[in-house]
Amino acid sequence: MSDTPARITERESYIGRSVVRPQTARLLAGRGVFTDDVTLPRMTHVAFVRSPHAHARIGAIDTAAARALPGVIAVVTGVELARVCDGWVGTLAHFQGMKSAKQHALAIGKAAWQGEPVVAVVAESRAIAEDGVGRVAVEWEPLPAVTEPETALDPATPLIHPELGDNLVFSLELKAGDVEEAFRQADAVYTDTFRMGRHTAVTVEPRTILADFDPAEQQLTVYHAFQAPHMMQDILARHLRLPEHHVRVICRDVGGSFGLKVHIYPDEVAACALAVLLGRPVKFTADRVESFVSDIHARDHRVRAEVAVKRDGTILGMRVDDLTGIGPYSVYPRTSAVEGNQTVRLTPALYRFRHYAARLSVVLQNKTPMCQYRAVGHPVAFAVMEGMVDRVARELGLDPVEVRRRNLVTQDMYPHTTQTGYFFERLSLEECLDSLLELADYRRLCAERDALRARGTYRGLGLCGFVELTTPGPAFYGVGGARISSQDGCTIRFEPSGTLTCMTGVTEQGQGTDTMIAQVVATAVGVPMEHVRVLTGDTMVTPYGGGTWASRGAGIGGEAALLSGKALKENILKVAAAILGGEPMDLDVRRGAVVDADTGEVRLPLAEVGRIAYFRPDTLPKDFQSELTVTRHYVPRHQGFAFTNGIQLSHVEVDMETGFVRLLKHWVVEDCGRIINPRLVDEQLRGAIVQGIGAALWEHCVYDDQGQLRNGTLMDYLVPMAPEIPDIVVGHVETPTAYSEGGFKGAGEAGTAGAPGAVLNAVNDALAPFGARLTAQPITPGDVLTALGKL
Amino acid sequence: MDVSVELALTVNGVPVRRRVEPRQSLADFLRYELELTGSHVGCEHGACGACTVRVDGTPVRGCLMLAVQADGSRVETIEGIAASGELADLQRAFAEENALQCGFCTPGMLLTAQEILRRNPRAGDVEIREGLSGNYCRCTGYHAIVQAVLRAGGVREKGQP
Repeated sequence: MSDTPARITERESYIGRSVVRPQTARLLAGRGVFTDDVTLPRMTHVAFVRSPHAHARIGAIDTAAARALPGVIAVVTGVELARVCDGWVGTLAHFQGMKSAKQHALAIGKAAWQGEPVVAVVAESRAIAEDGVGRVAVEWEPLPAVTEPETALDPATPLIHPELGDNLVFSLELKAGDVEEAFRQADAVYTDTFRMGRHTAVTVEPRTILADFDPAEQQLTVYHAFQAPHMMQDILARHLRLPEHHVRVICRDVGGSFGLKVHIYPDEVAACALAVLLGRPVKFTADRVESFVSDIHARDHRVRAEVAVKRDGTILGMRVDDLTGIGPYSVYPRTSAVEGNQTVRLTPALYRFRHYAARLSVVLQNKTPMCQYRAVGHPVAFAVMEGMVDRVARELGLDPVEVRRRNLVTQDMYPHTTQTGYFFERLSLEECLDSLLELADYRRLCAERDALRARGTYRGLGLCGFVELTTPGPAFYGVGGARISSQDGCTIRFEPSGTLTCMTGVTEQGQGTDTMIAQVVATAVGVPMEHVRVLTGDTMVTPYGGGTWASRGAGIGGEAALLSGKALKENILKVAAAILGGEPMDLDVRRGAVVDADTGEVRLPLAEVGRIAYFRPDTLPKDFQSELTVTRHYVPRHQGFAFTNGIQLSHVEVDMETGFVRLLKHWVVEDCGRIINPRLVDEQLRGAIVQGIGAALWEHCVYDDQGQLRNGTLMDYLVPMAPEIPDIVVGHVETPTAYSEGGFKGAGEAGTAGAPGAVLNAVNDALAPFGARLTAQPITPGDVLTALGKL
Repeated sequence: MDVSVELALTVNGVPVRRRVEPRQSLADFLRYELELTGSHVGCEHGACGACTVRVDGTPVRGCLMLAVQADGSRVETIEGIAASGELADLQRAFAEENALQCGFCTPGMLLTAQEILRRNPRAGDVEIREGLSGNYCRCTGYHAIVQAVLRAGGVREKGQP
């Protein structure tokens, strides 16, 4: 047996190559299978009566008229549904003192946000279900709505859940070094308050679930547009009181997710509970108006930041106070406190100053629940930090690049533990900065900006560095009691023809997980990539795992695939050695054939290995058993997260008459460790950047003081479209993690992490000649004109 | 009271006759009555473009047109247009540029891209971006889509006499 398996960096490696994703052929032909495309016999559709009030007591519910409608199958209230479905509480035990109220699939007694599902109408078609919804009469007793985080804890503010005692969900104080002393030693102190608006993910495919319950077998099969099928299996089993192995969750094509589709939504659980109740398939597909009031919202922070600096721009210390409003419930099971926790922990991470104090307050509101969306906490942290760095540079008359250089964590400092306890194995902050400046020809852009300014054209350049938390280990959720797997597995089945069927616990929502896994497996085993078929998203088939979120697909799923591929190769060589009568170590697998390890001469096609192992084992030695299906698992044990890093530059032009911001170009240089497929990484970055740009300039969930969402359609909630978006130039630095064999880290959050800060800084750079500055997003033309004193 | 209406139309070259409710959208008719699920429903108010199909040769929003309005028309969906080979070069360019991630907006994007290139195979970056301004993509950031349309346009241009 070979102790030194072949290295994966051989010349025939697929790792590092921009191979085309095989599954795109299906999607490009209109042959994708998204959850709403699935139809089952006797399928029913559910629509929900949703609370029209942000906060209201639910009185009598009259369902008679709805029940009488032809085609309506059932009308179910919260109390009735609770008989088959247990409620839940979204807290984590390691967030000390965290609390939230019990939430039910359908509201019982009280509705706590406009859009909360209250009554379910099941019918033969969605249209009839909606007709039924229109005939349900609910007696509402409106209550005062808590809308502003700033006053959520005031004694005069009503309590959203009186049993909790106050509207505080979670608070945290962090202290590193001696902040008071740092501020005493400072030449200058600068303070700003940033307001990062509430927005939402807007996946183009709305949330969809189709639940099918077979009462004879007590088997629940759920087709779901979701990122974490095993998590959903666990939750449905527990809350619907079914044996875990009687619940199967299938996630086929998923039309965008971005963290939106990794949470427990009451209407989706209700659809599953209704399927159990009725013994028939029940489909729920959110319409866009429902999406706006029921999909999780994101961010909604007010951050007060203070930095203490030396005259040369050296940062001595920092104080941060983050207040965030999360709606009426902490979202189950990941919780809405992770966002703020990550914000205050990530804020100072790029820089080497040691004195840091942070306070976090997470409070309740009567608005749509807020939870984790792409780059949880990151965009807020880095918009604040990098906004303060630019402020320091401006106030002290220094170059923003130089202020960054003076403060960055440097190459000689690794391994490095941040002020807030994050462990950095090795990052490339300086290399990424240097590479970005060169890639963008930054000095020329500065000169051009200055020249144009003299002619009345106002352009701005904004930098935003970031680190990205990827590949989360077991300490992230498991220790807090959330049953979310931090490990993942990969099973590879060697088919008789010599091709491979690979089942992985990580999931595909468009990132190209299938492709990335196929590249790793093909490389590890030594077969052409087209000989590998990857299966994801089926709890009955794939190894138990966490799914794809927090950029864990490559770092965890990719590593499991690598280990599994190498183990399979060893087993193939054992079979080949048994057939050929030799030692496995003298053989290798290359291009789909067993070859002589030294000469590369083909000894046995893999199809021959398969034929003999499966159909003619009688020709093999009597004591030999082939094992051509293997599974390996991986969990990151040696560090909490595989941090990545990068920096972005935004180039904008601001029209000082109209306040409009035009994006000219955007650059990013990012380091996600060893890159499996550069093109997939580039497009991850670009897509994520545009989500960050959306937050910076347009996307905003606007509420009135009664807690009513005022812009719940795509006609008035602005999502970036092709004409507004600039070209995005991507560069890479590669610092593989040494803690795993593949060296892979994640790349999904990076774009969103840095884009809002870069745009905000760029706009402020353009406004600088007028002494104007903005610290809130989205940046509207009205905000620009107000800052200029024109409104 | 049965308010359904009979309609007769051609879908992907095949004559179709059905009774439908007057309120049913063309998108729902195609998806649920004919099981042509390639065109997707993302917003139902004409903003996202995922439901784009061709009616008598013109791209329309399947969610903004009622099925009964298509009576007597020639309707083409992504399934039919892809099968005919008309989009082969665009599909290839989209795959090579990775101009799709989740693929939900993709059928609508392809039909819109085809219309842009039909009008002007030499369409440049600005014209392509304007042409795509009725189609949301939340995954790619549009860059790769624009590159794919440019690439397909370039090939068509060269292929012409």
